[in-house]
Amino acid sequence: MASFKRIARRSFLIGSAAIVGGVAFGAYYVSRPAPNPLRPAEGEAAFNPFVLISGEKITLIAPRAEMGQGVHTTWAALIAEELDVTLDQVEVIHGPAATAYYNAALLGEAIPSKGYDKSRFMHSLGEALGHAGKLMDMQVTGGSSSMKDGYERMRAAGASARETLKLAAANRLGISASQLSTKDGKVVAPGSIEIAYTDLAAEAAGLEPVEAQLRHRSEWKLLGKPQPRVDMPSKATGTAEFGIDVRLPGMKFAALKGNPHLGGAMSGLDASEALLMPGIEQVVDLGNAFAVVANNTWLALQAAEAVVADWGPAPIPATQGEIQDAIRAAFDAEPNSTLRDDGDISAVPQGAQEVTAEYEVPFLAHATMEPLNATALYDGGKLQIWSGNQGPLLTRNHCADALGIDAEQVEVNTPLMGGGFGRRGEMDFSVYAAKLAQQLPGTPVQLTWSREEDMTHDFYRPGAMARMRGAVKDGSAVLLDGQIASQALTPQLMNRWFGLTPAGPDTTLVDGAFNQPYGIPNFRIRGHAADLQIPVGAWRSVGASFNGFFMESFLDEMAHAAGADPLEFRLALTRQELAPAAKVLEAVKEMSGWTGKTPDGVGRGVAMTYSFGTPVAQVIEVAEEDGLIRLKSAWIAADLGVALDPHNLKAQMFGGMAYGLSAAMFGEITFAEGAAEQVNFPDYDSIRMHTMPPVEVRILEEQSHISGAGEPGTPPAAPALANALYDLTGKRARRLPLMHDFNLLA
Amino acid sequence: MPTDLRINGKTHQVDLPDDVPLLWVLRDEVGLTGTKFGCGVAACGACTVHIDGEAVRSCQVALSDVWGEVTTIEGLGTPDAMAAIQQAWVEHQVAQCGYCQSGQIMQAASLLAENPAPSDAEIDDVMQGNLCRCGTYPRIRAAIHTAARKMQEA
Repeated sequence: MASFKRIARRSFLIGSAAIVGGVAFGAYYVSRPAPNPLRPAEGEAAFNPFVLISGEKITLIAPRAEMGQGVHTTWAALIAEELDVTLDQVEVIHGPAATAYYNAALLGEAIPSKGYDKSRFMHSLGEALGHAGKLMDMQVTGGSSSMKDGYERMRAAGASARETLKLAAANRLGISASQLSTKDGKVVAPGSIEIAYTDLAAEAAGLEPVEAQLRHRSEWKLLGKPQPRVDMPSKATGTAEFGIDVRLPGMKFAALKGNPHLGGAMSGLDASEALLMPGIEQVVDLGNAFAVVANNTWLALQAAEAVVADWGPAPIPATQGEIQDAIRAAFDAEPNSTLRDDGDISAVPQGAQEVTAEYEVPFLAHATMEPLNATALYDGGKLQIWSGNQGPLLTRNHCADALGIDAEQVEVNTPLMGGGFGRRGEMDFSVYAAKLAQQLPGTPVQLTWSREEDMTHDFYRPGAMARMRGAVKDGSAVLLDGQIASQALTPQLMNRWFGLTPAGPDTTLVDGAFNQPYGIPNFRIRGHAADLQIPVGAWRSVGASFNGFFMESFLDEMAHAAGADPLEFRLALTRQELAPAAKVLEAVKEMSGWTGKTPDGVGRGVAMTYSFGTPVAQVIEVAEEDGLIRLKSAWIAADLGVALDPHNLKAQMFGGMAYGLSAAMFGEITFAEGAAEQVNFPDYDSIRMHTMPPVEVRILEEQSHISGAGEPGTPPAAPALANALYDLTGKRARRLPLMHDFNLLA
Repeated sequence: MPTDLRINGKTHQVDLPDDVPLLWVLRDEVGLTGTKFGCGVAACGACTVHIDGEAVRSCQVALSDVWGEVTTIEGLGTPDAMAAIQQAWVEHQVAQCGYCQSGQIMQAASLLAENPAPSDAEIDDVMQGNLCRCGTYPRIRAAIHTAARKMQEA
């Protein structure tokens, strides 16, 4: 761990000019292959870190967090496509924490370029930087990067295993491998001879892996077609094992409670009353939080309320107004970044009309359905932990550090996750469980957070503000000058993950603004970092979650000022800049039958955001019924470049939209005395069955690169709805959540 | 004093204080983890089970108040022998993270038991207490309609 931190500090600065140093080092370092973490038993073959075949079964390793996005299925399908197995012939597991499972795509995306205009050089730079993921212990699920990362590597893993199995069969039969083919988990030889892969495992185990060419897309049997998700039967029958469902012999159930004043200390603990309550065994001091250990989670949760702790104050302004002032004050400071500065924004072009607007969005909680939890067993100086996490190696390292043991003494098990949305990329819930387990040597313990604990101890989506200035002329935009103010979350995140504080611009602050594919001749975006210590983190679509709202609301205001149809206005600006962005707009235009006119009592809004490499356009229709505004319909078009599983991609798109709509309509975290004021779903509601509109989704494949799916459905949701509300009511939504200013059906 | 509970056709003897909610009896004592903890305040529906066929939030029913036979998601069907409604869930590929789906299915099952062919408005009424942060609602709705058809044909 110590040497790992030294390497990271020296060589890696995210989003800054010092990237090249990281690339050079990364390129050198990754020339050494990462060791295969699979330890095949006698008679088993581990062809590579992703394919394990025994005499009985074929196991594919999908070492990414399955938190609902279907990654285990599509990841396995990439391998299976080349391996020539069907998904019902294999078992798909997450596997251990290992460097071999680094995410090459996530870091590659960190280059502060617009993305859609990446040159070949930028792509290769991104790839080289991505390989630094290996030395950064970046087995991370995030950034909508899994398919970008696995697209070639996993097919190559499958192809290599297939060719190695063919070689084993060729050796057995005494013929050339070129005479063999493969099908449905078997090698097929002339004369209708079929040998199951499982039957070849022992022989293949002794062979050097064979390299193989990838098949052309036209030969695909699984990819490009809907696959039944491997986790679906278990999720429909209550048999899927989430972290909170882990049950170990002799396991205790514990509840966590931390200082509600975020970042404040815990200086005293009186557990005398709690210890008298039924089922309670111990109260354990965890430093800045405590755990109540019992024989039942509910009894532990009740007793936690009876513990009297001396909570120190939070290093956060006492009122919400002061927090907003601190964000606003950032506008007056030097910008953290100016990542787009095209043309000249200093003067409004002659004959153009100036438009200005200010917007504000609140802090948000992740609110995963499964409250945070982890289960741990500390025994004989070793830790086993079961934690639904988005970063197994980081989890391993942080637990080891907290316990003062070597990382090799920590075994991380990663079960299914009841939602992640970025929250499970943090290590706090795992480290608390590890520290508790160390106090109960030999006894497994599950540490569960109440919903209230979960919602009030988040790493929140930061609140943000925008000051937008634009100019329109002859029906089009000629100038856009935007300033975004918010807490920079990358320094916080990098500090928590790696103990390093990167210098330079934070791309996430302006992501979804500076990199939008609008060909506006005078176009500047500046980011301003607010000086606040509120814990903030990655929330589904990160910066694009607020910048999508700012940009697409303001584009709408500009379109109206220009007397243009909002959809045509965007089309004209995207056609030359990024054709696929225009295509998704044209798709929702056609799907929704957009005419630019709506009858009385009906409103329509459009928005398009390019994020994680994917342009997504949405149209939302609202209607007023009995004084309440209801979402009537929604249309989504997204261009993924390569649609590996269209049915699952559609789910990601409407699910991403639903997550964005929940926040846009109802989501808001405010702070008093450094404590979150919303504690449970009654204060932090979501879109529900009766408020969710019917949705039609179309997946396009115009782009030349495969792009992200988990997040890009979220950013256009809020502005599409806000723009629809403007169309309906004539009132412009400049702050979220919308429930404060519009009479929404709830 | 131990309490006898009938769960999924079996009798379980439970030795926990009277006020422990059924949810936590099921999960931490009986070992039936298909029923989920989401909020603890009846605001999300993840803990929905049936008592004598009626859908209830098990986080709000104290052990001593359990008035009848409890059915959980595990009692509805198994991966090898799914109920029609569970088959419909698989057919429509409803689940994403899947955490809320036990509660969604139990709520929908009780809806279909009372109303074999619910309209969209009736689905809205009955299902709006069940939260899904992944936003799977369109497929839940489709699966309920499919299950209704399957159950009528059966």
